[in-house]
Amino acid sequence: MVDVEETQTILSNKTMLEMYWTMLLSRKLDERAWIIHRQGKIAFHISGIGHEAAQVGAAFAMERGVDWLVPYYRDLAMLLAFGLTPKEFVLGLLGKKGEPSSGARQMPSHWSLRRANVVSHSSPVATQTPHASGIGLAIKMRGDRAVVLTSIGEGSTSQGEWYEGVNWAAIHQLPVIFLVENNEYAISVPQPKQMAVSSVAQKAKGLGLEGISVNGLDVLETYQSVKRAVDKARSGGGPTVIEVCVSRMTPHSSDDDDRSYRSKEEIEAMKAQDPLDMYRAHLMQEGVLNQAAEDELQTRAKAAVEEAIQFAEQAPFPDIEDASFPVFVEDIQNA
Amino acid sequence: MPEVTLIEGIRQAMDEELARDENVFIVGEDVGPRGGVFRATEGLYEKYGGERVLDSPLAELSIVGVGIGAALYGLRPICEIQFADFIHPAFNQIVNEAARMCYRSNGEWQVPMVIRAPYGGGIGGGLYHSQSVEAFFAHVPGLKVVIPSNPYDAKGLLKSAIRDPNPVIYFEPKKGYRLIKGEIPEDEEVLVPIGAANVSRPGTDLTVIAYGMMHYYTLQAAQAAESKGIDVEVIDLRTITPIDKKTILASVQKTGKVLIVYEDNLTGGFGAEISAILAEDAFTYLDAPIRRLAGPDVPAAPYSHPLQNWFMLDPKKISDAIQELAEF
Ligand SMILES: Cc1ncc(C[n+]2csc(CCOP(=O)(O)OP(=O)(O)O)c2C)c(N)n1
Ligand SMILES: [Mg+2]
Repeated sequence: MVDVEETQTILSNKTMLEMYWTMLLSRKLDERAWIIHRQGKIAFHISGIGHEAAQVGAAFAMERGVDWLVPYYRDLAMLLAFGLTPKEFVLGLLGKKGEPSSGARQMPSHWSLRRANVVSHSSPVATQTPHASGIGLAIKMRGDRAVVLTSIGEGSTSQGEWYEGVNWAAIHQLPVIFLVENNEYAISVPQPKQMAVSSVAQKAKGLGLEGISVNGLDVLETYQSVKRAVDKARSGGGPTVIEVCVSRMTPHSSDDDDRSYRSKEEIEAMKAQDPLDMYRAHLMQEGVLNQAAEDELQTRAKAAVEEAIQFAEQAPFPDIEDASFPVFVEDIQNA
Repeated sequence: MPEVTLIEGIRQAMDEELARDENVFIVGEDVGPRGGVFRATEGLYEKYGGERVLDSPLAELSIVGVGIGAALYGLRPICEIQFADFIHPAFNQIVNEAARMCYRSNGEWQVPMVIRAPYGGGIGGGLYHSQSVEAFFAHVPGLKVVIPSNPYDAKGLLKSAIRDPNPVIYFEPKKGYRLIKGEIPEDEEVLVPIGAANVSRPGTDLTVIAYGMMHYYTLQAAQAAESKGIDVEVIDLRTITPIDKKTILASVQKTGKVLIVYEDNLTGGFGAEISAILAEDAFTYLDAPIRRLAGPDVPAAPYSHPLQNWFMLDPKKISDAIQELAEF
């Protein structure tokens, strides 16, 4: 169904390289976050390693600047694609002033980027799903051409909030994409203990909307599937559930130790299917990327990470007075 | 001036705000052609259409959660929860999402929304159509909690709530929907500010603080006390958060005695907070212990008529408490 060759003829080499760059930058930032956590510099990191292809494929299928995103905590690569800068990400890790998603009130990777239509989400999983449907409803009521995409993990689709949110979009044919990043685990709990269906896409059937399952380790396949759903939503065709099958190549978070619930072999197998390596190999095979260009991108990514770390380490913490602000909108107006 | 019911005040507020601002819309169960189970939205579907008076699926968290999304996009939803007893499925969305959005995004995202819900007993509603749940929400920074006691305030407060840039929980005394009548001027805009209590009856001997249905009963009780020579000052809180400390403290300074009346269970009810404020800020004015008269600590008002009457406060119970406090 998915024709990668066709996708390649739609995407310019430049765009395909931009996708690669975003995945690479995300990976390098993410790896560095693990390191500074081990160094005791940050209290928490939650990783998107193994999810980058799915996120970048989805983000590039959207019209950034017009479309809306209601993300979840693993979406570093998606956020970078939407314009979050490495410096801003590291400010968040370190809880420094100027961090754009929450002014360092929330834990790292609790995204929000108003300037890019990226909505603030919280920690309780699936709370964001009905928000996306509400945004879709508002888009439809206003007659705007925007589309909204909301992401979530497969375990979190067990929540009533997910079903209730998706149900709304199906009833009213709202322009919403429900992207489910299925890494087969919710912390330690594997998918079969989370749902009786073998694919999250099947859940869509019972709610009356289209559900598809995509290889989320393949950025171009994801791009093509999400693009089709976005085009459908934009032209009034309604919502889609898209399961992107990905790998969580790390423990759940910096507080988790996954050795107690999955084997070394399982992790080794995932690493042999690393979405970043696979995309790099593909681009080289197609002649879009050569070793010299690859080396240069690697150097650039390292430099960007280094610069971000230095910048954020030197940045001040928020002022203590900020902690009481702004509970109500008047607090901003009166400030 | 025409005399109207409390629910008519609520309906008028929504009608006028729907007409004034195209971003305003109503969403909830049976709010459309049925006009709401209590008829608060009667005629609005016919006037503004099914998109702006929108029947939701039977799923409360989605009413609030979808409302939040629409508010983030720039609309101004009025979410109707059919009974306050059924607001609990939406608790997560109200407390973790609507209330925290402004703070957690450092003000970048705001949720201008109203959640309306009929509350309170005395209508044979049993455990699940009688609850008073305001204390849960009064505890949460980022929410405003409003409870009107008469048609004028019901209209004026609801219009203010709809225009407020924050999430406002608006509890409606359902027993008073048609029982409580009052005048509302037709030729002027009625707006009552959120956060301002009202001294609804001036007096000198003692202060009774109440809101919603209990305020209505308190006025009757104060009338009865007058015949016994007790001059009661009555404060109608109207907004419970943010609370109008100034009005309360000024009254207590004058009278030196306070009775707090609320329909919710005694323990941890909002009267406990008022009592704490008085203990901290009005200690030197007090001539008697702070008294609370509230619902008993059972899960809610039972259905059977005599049992319900045992649970519910009424003007007689309130005037007895007034007399007791006056005699202290
Ligand atoms: C309502 C709620 N319950 C529990 C948690 C703790 N928690 C955080 S993430 C998580 C697992 C989520 O798994 P999944 O949805 O598959 O997403 P993934 O982390 O695998 O991407 C849990 C249990 C939470 N954040 N919210
Ligand atoms: Mg998972």
